[in-house]
Parts: sequence; structure tokens; C-alpha cells
Amino acid sequence: MVRRLLVPTMLLALTGCGGQASASHPTSGGIIVFAAASLQPAFDNVASQLVQKQALKTSFSYAGTQTLTGQLMQGAPADVFASADTAHMTTLQSAGLLAGPAKIFAHNRLEIAVARGNPKHIQTLADLSRAGLVVVLADPSVPAGKYAQQALSTAHATVHPASLELQVTGVLTKVALGEADAGIVYVSDIETSGQVDGVTIPDTQNVIADYPIAALKTASDAAGAQAFIDFVLSPDGQAILQAAGFQRV
Amino acid sequence: MSQTRVPAALIALAGLGLLFFLLPPAGLIVRAPWNQAVGAITAPETATALELSLFCSLAATAIALVLGIPLALVLSRTTGNLRRLMRALTTLPMVLPPVVGGVALLFAFGRRGLVGSLLYQAFGIQIPFTTAAAVMAETFVAMPFLVIAVEGGLRSLDPRYEEAARALGARGWMVFARVTLPLLRPAIFSGAVLCWARALGEFGATITFAGSLPGRTQTVPIAVYVALETNPDSAIVLSLILLAVSLAILVGMRDRWLGAL
Repeated sequence: MVRRLLVPTMLLALTGCGGQASASHPTSGGIIVFAAASLQPAFDNVASQLVQKQALKTSFSYAGTQTLTGQLMQGAPADVFASADTAHMTTLQSAGLLAGPAKIFAHNRLEIAVARGNPKHIQTLADLSRAGLVVVLADPSVPAGKYAQQALSTAHATVHPASLELQVTGVLTKVALGEADAGIVYVSDIETSGQVDGVTIPDTQNVIADYPIAALKTASDAAGAQAFIDFVLSPDGQAILQAAGFQRV
Repeated sequence: MSQTRVPAALIALAGLGLLFFLLPPAGLIVRAPWNQAVGAITAPETATALELSLFCSLAATAIALVLGIPLALVLSRTTGNLRRLMRALTTLPMVLPPVVGGVALLFAFGRRGLVGSLLYQAFGIQIPFTTAAAVMAETFVAMPFLVIAVEGGLRSLDPRYEEAARALGARGWMVFARVTLPLLRPAIFSGAVLCWARALGEFGATITFAGSLPGRTQTVPIAVYVALETNPDSAIVLSLILLAVSLAILVGMRDRWLGAL
């Protein structure tokens, strides 16, 4: 009986060790970046520049900031985290998961995504409360959803969304597919999508999203993580972000 | 005890396999906020998700019964390539990743989809983002389980009962309602339960095709996913409810029903 129990326990201990070992040395010569879904177009470009200029390989996990925060809190191994708001970065900082202080590397603003040619003639946030209009937002747990709520309440607009998506790219997709008439996304999403038109939200109602970036304590390649962050903050990195519709810092 | 002894190494591997199944539910149970469980179950968000999930999964099962039993009957009475084609089509959702199923549903029933565009232009009907969409997504993914179970039941059916009924002058519909259906009851029951369980757990197709809105399309699995980041306690309690339902189904069906497959 003892032997029967011992063998699986030992195997388990072995696999447990293997898991930890791979967490601290995942792949040779590459870093893992957890980044907010809205960063994908910009960061994919950053990665190809980094491979060319510094031979640094980057793999990404793009998702809603809140999803990534949850995964990191559960111990997901990553080298760098780029968030779409400061609140989630603060959560990780309080949990002692950051290797150093977070730095704001970009700003983003909200815009209304509509079908090409704006067939529903949406001009303002208040128009989104029109009856019969299918409006999709990000869930309030997603930074983009939280920002959208702030903007809508500043504009005194009450919207009954058809769906609350789990990442901002979900909102964009629903509008691009023609299933939703409008959605609130980031300026950068519309800039890089090419499948939807944007309706500008005036500064008085808009929200400025701050994007912080930080290296993680679990980083297997601290130097690589720092190189990524340095590049994002460098003039070259800032130019890529600006080209993708973000505002530089 | 004339059975051959299982080698110790295989027993060890089997134990490891069992442990792999045991640990995740154990983790849920250990981490559960038992002192707040009652509060979490009766919390409005939890109740809303449970209510919606119950409605959607039962509606999906009802549709699966109405469409799936005849489909199984036709399948069991067809032969050759046509049967192979129909069977492949019917079982496709079982092997298709549910998210792909959701995307496919969008391109069929979405506002710009194959059928959806006609519905939208002719009647102004839009299916995505409605509870109907959630029911459709669950039906798409779960109905194959019912069809397969019922078809299995039909194949093991003794054809002499139906022949006797026909010899006694019963017509096609009468034979189906009075002879075939009652004989199929165990297969229909087990198929319906499996179908319901699969519908209850549906996530990928639902969130892709129907979206996520509390009270309308946010079923329990989606609520679990959303709550995991914002309210982990509620996610654990909802997960435990789904776990309890699954266990109840297994215990209730035992080998008898699963054996029918």
C-alpha cells in the first residue's frame, strides 16, 4: 500500500520540480510579454524591430488586462507586463510581483467604432442611447469598459449594451463583423483595424488611458525584459506606438 | 481470483491519472469560501446567471429532443454514403472547437450571415446578442450527444416489435408514437441528460455567437470566467454548483445509462 502511494507521489514531486525549473528558464533567448489586447498591433511591430536590432525574441500573450492580471496573480510566468490601466498594475505591485517601478509608456483615448461609412449617422456618445441601435461595450472589469462607463456618464448618456465583451478587441470585432452598430474602443484600435470607421469623442467627454509597463519578479530573462521596456520607451518604440494610434509620453 | 495481476508500474500510472482528475475538484472544494457560500449563491448576479443557464440549457435540450429524435431515426434507417455524410455532419459539433462553432454560427445566423442576413432584411430579426442565440449555441454543441445516444438505442432495438405493430395495422406515425418511442425511453433519457449537461457547460460557442450580458446571454460558465478576475469567491461558488450538478448526473445515471452509449 505504501509503495502504491509512494510512486505517484514521487512522480508528482518530480513533475512539480520540472514545472518550477521551466518557469525560471523557459526558452533560451526569448522573453514573454503579457500585454493588454489593444497593444497587439503596436507590440507586434516592436517585436519585429527587436529581433532585427537586438536579436531579442519576444512571445506575447494578448488578452484583457484583467484576465492577464488574474493569470499573473495565479503565478503565470512572464517577463514583462503592459497594462491598459494603472489600477491593475497597482494590484500586481501590491502583491509584490513587480521587479521595479512601473512606467507609463503610452496614452490612449476612446473613440466610437461604427461600420464603414457610418450608416447609422452616429455623431456623439448621446446618440448611442438611441433605441434600436445595437451597441457593444467592454465589460466594466476590462479597462476599456471602465473608461467607456466614465465617458458615458460624463456625457450623461445611458446605453443599454447588447453585450459586454471580455476584451476591447471583442468590441471591435463585433462592429467589424456588422453584428453591432457601434462600440466604444480605443483610438488605436480604429487606427489599426482598417475595417471600421471612428467617430471622435470630444476632449470634454473623453478619457485618457494611461498604459504602464513593468518587469516582473518571475522574469527568467531580466536583461531581456529591461531591453524590451527600454525599447518601448525609446524614440523608436514611441514612434511605433504613435503610428499605431497611441499618444507618446 | 484468477485474474491476471496488473503490473505495479501500470497501477502507479493509473493512480497518477486518477490523482490528476481528483486534484482540480479538490482544489475548488478547499478554496471555496464556505462561510460565504450561502451569500454568494443568493447574490443577485449569481442567481441571474443560474436562472439564465437553467432556462437556456433546458430550452436547448427541448429543441434537441424535438429535432434530434427524428434525426436519429432517419440516421438509423439510412445506409451507405448518405448515412456516413449525415452522421459526420451530426457529430461535427462534438469534435469542433466550440469557439469555431460560435464563429460558424455568426456567419450563418449573424446580421450579415447566410440566413441571418435574410432574416434581418426581411423581418428585422437579429439573432446575435439575444437569449435565443445562447440557446442556439448550446443546442448546436449539445444536440449531437442526444442524437448519438438515441441512434445507439435504435440500433439495438428489436425490429420485430415494430413489424408486429405494422402487421396489426398500425400506420407509420402510430408505430413511432406507441412502439418505437416507449422502447427508446432509456436511450432518450440518457441522451437528454448528457445533452443537458453539455448545454449547461457551454462556453465558447455561446460567448462568440451570443456575447456576454448578465441576464440575457451571460450563462454560468461565462459568469465564472468574468468573475474569476473581479470576484474569485463568486467564481468558485458558481464552479462548485456546476461541479455538484455534474456529479449528480454521473451518480444518477450510473453505468446503466452510460453503458447505453
